[in-house]
Amino acid sequence: MAENVRPRVRVPATVAAGETITIKTLISHNMESGQRKDGDGNVIPRSIINRFTCDFNGQNVIDVTLEPAISRNPFFEFQATISESGTFQFTWYDDDGSVYEEQKEIAVE
Amino acid sequence: MKALALKGVAAVSALSFVAASALADENANLVVNGEIDMTIRAPAPDHMENMSEVMSGWLFRSSETQALQLDDFENPGMIWVDDAREVFASESGSGGESCASCHDSPEALAGVRAVYPKWDEEHGEVQSLEMQINECVTERMGGEPWKYTGGTMVNMTALLASVSRGMAVNVAIDGPAQSTWEMGRDLYYTRTGQLELSCANCHEDNYGNMIRADHLSQGQINGFPVYRLKNAKLNAVHSRFKGCVRDTRAQTYSPGSPEFIALELYVASRGNGLSVEGPSVRN
Ligand code: HEC
Ligand code: HEC
Repeated sequence: MAENVRPRVRVPATVAAGETITIKTLISHNMESGQRKDGDGNVIPRSIINRFTCDFNGQNVIDVTLEPAISRNPFFEFQATISESGTFQFTWYDDDGSVYEEQKEIAVE
Repeated sequence: MKALALKGVAAVSALSFVAASALADENANLVVNGEIDMTIRAPAPDHMENMSEVMSGWLFRSSETQALQLDDFENPGMIWVDDAREVFASESGSGGESCASCHDSPEALAGVRAVYPKWDEEHGEVQSLEMQINECVTERMGGEPWKYTGGTMVNMTALLASVSRGMAVNVAIDGPAQSTWEMGRDLYYTRTGQLELSCANCHEDNYGNMIRADHLSQGQINGFPVYRLKNAKLNAVHSRFKGCVRDTRAQTYSPGSPEFIALELYVASRGNGLSVEGPSVRN
């Protein structure tokens, strides 16, 4: 199990209909590449977040494949245009099978 | 012997100070999360004879690096602050207590960072924040001391700094702390190493100038612990001191040594009036 994995998300709470918002996400994760060796010369097994997705009211916003060369604590910033109130669903998939999830509500006013 | 001497000469001539283009933005202000207004310039404290203004290291960084400190979401140092919050609330040691058992919340310790290192009456010595934390860990919680510049310790100091952000550094240098402070001042002005440079040669005589590819700051410590882009982790004050002493090609003191505690008190006092900024972001 990867340690101290903690997803964080920033989404505005409200938005005007049709407006484009900026979303920031970060997950604390070591992103062990599988290329490094420990002091005894043994390969440290790969352990990374390999996929990240964001959906809004069931519709996909982005779907990212992550590779071992990505630095620790992967940070994503992206935009979405919002026309209705609803829920963002964020999901990170770990090599070890763990799935980390986070949800954020946004209201159109 | 001859080769060694030659090497020394080459090294000295390679090390030159070059006037730098001005700061990224002369009038930049540091407001974190749109709400914590940092004092990044202040009149130099009375004890400083050679300078009129003290400045945060943030001012000397590029605008891209500066931007990372404006928002906790983008400040990578805050990730470890969150880790320390968990440690703060976790029971450990033979007493089965957590920091929160006695201190309630990290916010209850707001203002502490700003006045350390500080004289401790009971132990009859100046204590750094790390020493004070280890005093609680060992004497009050019955645990093993945390490694002085290890992850658990540096994270906890980042948490305690973060709840004091915006407050003015205000370490006491008189009374029982005075002799320690004087020892720190002597260390600051003593030339060391093969390059025979003192802290002051770089951080007082040459701040604002370039040394190789680095834009020299005043070497203030109000931003510690510091997230460095160079090693992608939080760095303790004494780790930075060690790096700077080593750069003069001298044997360095150890983190947590009486020499570094004294130096820390003295350097902190050169920043009296600047805001606590830790965890800050530097290159
Ligand atoms: C059993 C109670 C107890 C526990 C548990 C405890 N402390 Fe303390 N702590 C104290 C007391 C009492 C003082 C005041 C000592 C003094 O003023 O000299 C103190 C002082 C401090 C101070 C300095 C406060 C100041 O105003 O100078 C810090 C920082 C601190 N503790 C951090 C911690 C941390 C971090 C932990 C957990 C690792 C912790 N303490 C656990 C009782 C505790
Ligand atoms: C050869 C020049 C040189 C000497 C001598 C030197 N430093 Fe530095 N120091 C640097 C450079 C270069 C940096 C990185 C750029 C900057 O922040 O100034 C630095 C950075 C620092 C920082 C980090 C500042 C921040 O805002 O993060 C501190 C603190 C510091 N030095 C303290 C000291 C102390 C204390 C001494 C004496 C023991 C010392 N330095 C001696 C060159 C030097």
